[in-house]
Amino acid sequence: MKPIVLENARIVDPSRNLDEMGSVIIASGKIVAASASTHNQGVPDMANVIDLEGKAIFPGLVDARVFVGEPGAEHRETIASASYAAAAGGITSFIMMPDTHPVIDNVALVEFILRTAKEVALINIYPAASLTRGMAGQEISEFGLLTEGGAVAFTEGKKTIANPNVMYRAMTYARDFGIPIMHETQDASLTSNGVMNAGLMAIWLGLAGIPREAEVIPLERDLRLAGLTGVRYHASQLSTAMSAEAIYYAKERMLGISAGVSINHLSLNENDIGEYRTFFRLSPPLRAEEDRTAMIKALRDGVIDIIVSSHDPQDVDTKHLPFADAQPGSIGLETLLAAALRLYHDGSIPLKRLVETLSTRPAQLFGLDAGTLKPGARADLVIVDLNEPWILELDMLHSRSKNSTFEKARFQGRVIATMVAGKTVYSSGLVDF
Amino acid sequence: MIKKRNSPVFPHRHLLGIKGLSQTDIKNLLERADANVAISCQKTKKATVLRGRTQINLFFEVSTRTQSSFEIAGKRLGADVINMPVSNSSVKKGETLIDTAMTLNAMHPDILVIRHNSAGAAALLAQKVSCSVINAGDGAHEHPTQALLDALTIRRAKGTIKGLTVAICGDVLHSRVACSNILSLNALGAKVRVVAPSTLLPKGIEDMGVDVFHSMENGIKNVDVVMMLRLQHERMAGAFIPSTREYFHFFGLDQEKLKKAKPDCIMMHPGPMNRGVEISSAVADGPQSVIQTQVEMGVAVRMAVMEALIEYCQKKHPEKMHEANCS
Repeated sequence: MKPIVLENARIVDPSRNLDEMGSVIIASGKIVAASASTHNQGVPDMANVIDLEGKAIFPGLVDARVFVGEPGAEHRETIASASYAAAAGGITSFIMMPDTHPVIDNVALVEFILRTAKEVALINIYPAASLTRGMAGQEISEFGLLTEGGAVAFTEGKKTIANPNVMYRAMTYARDFGIPIMHETQDASLTSNGVMNAGLMAIWLGLAGIPREAEVIPLERDLRLAGLTGVRYHASQLSTAMSAEAIYYAKERMLGISAGVSINHLSLNENDIGEYRTFFRLSPPLRAEEDRTAMIKALRDGVIDIIVSSHDPQDVDTKHLPFADAQPGSIGLETLLAAALRLYHDGSIPLKRLVETLSTRPAQLFGLDAGTLKPGARADLVIVDLNEPWILELDMLHSRSKNSTFEKARFQGRVIATMVAGKTVYSSGLVDF
Repeated sequence: MIKKRNSPVFPHRHLLGIKGLSQTDIKNLLERADANVAISCQKTKKATVLRGRTQINLFFEVSTRTQSSFEIAGKRLGADVINMPVSNSSVKKGETLIDTAMTLNAMHPDILVIRHNSAGAAALLAQKVSCSVINAGDGAHEHPTQALLDALTIRRAKGTIKGLTVAICGDVLHSRVACSNILSLNALGAKVRVVAPSTLLPKGIEDMGVDVFHSMENGIKNVDVVMMLRLQHERMAGAFIPSTREYFHFFGLDQEKLKKAKPDCIMMHPGPMNRGVEISSAVADGPQSVIQTQVEMGVAVRMAVMEALIEYCQKKHPEKMHEANCS
């Protein structure tokens, strides 16, 4: 493959604390150079030189929370289709949640995911394995063997371990293997039959509410147990101001704590549900506007580490139902970056910090070879026109399911091209490769 | 005969809830209903407003009084009324609500009356079908015709609603009746109180513009109307109250507690009652009870609603009406 030179680009690489105009040289699937001083090295022979006219280059996005339907629900999403969607969204690596049928709780399934991904996927897919066998919340999975097999994190996916003693033992044992526990905290009893944020909006709609405490109480329990065991603990997606506060104090007193927030909880609030729009039924539920702004602040200040898409494909059969009967979840791979750029454009988060939360930091947290443009790194990157306005139509989406919370949303900033290991896996056609 | 009158056109195709109706809309429906009360007292209880129209009652929850009230209302206006027995239909075989709706829609009904255990079911249906939809209760969301019949009952007893103090007592948390009534009574200028133990009130209910009381004695002091709610055993997912005995002791309406209200206070209940749980028999059958009037008003209100919706469709889409909705 010929070397590629991407000239006249705004290079944003948080791993080197860099945001400057310059060029990127890619050869043999690796970054050769990426900075303002790149041109000092001269252009390699036979190189394909592309003038990006000021467009931005980020390290490819790393999404730490993606649900895929394969195996078990391929009509919603396959590993291949999820990878097309990811590529179109500028995501070059994602961590796949183990909530499949069957549950990813053994080495054979981890290998199946890795093998399938290698054969069909355009991007890097890293499997997470379940914390407990069959996600039954009782016996812990084979952490050691699963780690050796290629699992990068342990998680119950959408579920929460109810029994504190099981969690305590899982954390104690997981610490020895050094890979993180990623946990979503929703107390099932407090959630009960709730389907949206508890409050006036829920009363208007006659829907049962979920109090914020349903998230915070198990989160605080986990943080105490993490302190006791010293495990690497990652709260997969938080939705309330109280949770951000709990993480803040936990980080004050111990190491190894991190947290994520979904792009939905940074972009939307409970009012978006409107007249029972089931695409906005999420778990945790969309909260009030105060919570949304608290999440943005926590992300900016480093209390929350990363943004995830929480891509969760749901089909007509699980969404076109009365609100309370519909499944929670929204797809998000293709809109993650565009929606996140709103936070840059409105001045709430600087661009470098935003790219850090979308790429560099998640790669660090889960030990993935990604999230950087430093020389020698695999050339996973995304080229972005930061200013192009566009409107999301559902038929543009590559995902097999179309349950997007951003239907008809107006965005500013769009992916021009995505590269994985120097190979173009997505191009909007604006730049010729 | 129906009195000839000039009610303004009701500006909605569906009746999904009280929310979204203006004070004028509510009064419009009450005026129409008022005029309909007489029909039910005639020897020949028949009008022709809905002649040739098809009304389907689609009840996913068992109901005796609401379903028969809708059926009678439709028939008195001349409609052909079909009750869909959902419990032994294709719904039991896994058909989704939307599929059921589309199937019925293909039979060109003019009015679809729906009761469903999920909030928002009526709104969902309304998006999918081409006829008028009436919400006859969706989950804990709304039950608009109940609120209208309650308003009509109060208005006929008291002359006006504006300025009255109304106490809604009991299981507000699970009650669609409470939700619709709070909206309509507030819109009509009443002062609304809710009286219940905190476990039976949704968090943040104060924001709906009601005064909250946790004791019956204070809550119904000097009120003009006491509206009791049914303690919905079937919706009690958890232990909201320790026992019905304790509930009756503190929140059950008996003659002693009712004395705190104004002497001319009227007592209402949407039915079916749990005697000895939320209400004593002496009160239920006593002189202040207007429960039977509520049932009577129910038919009049439902006639008014159907007539108003059909009139709207005729004004809006006359061509569609002549071609009987055929595509």
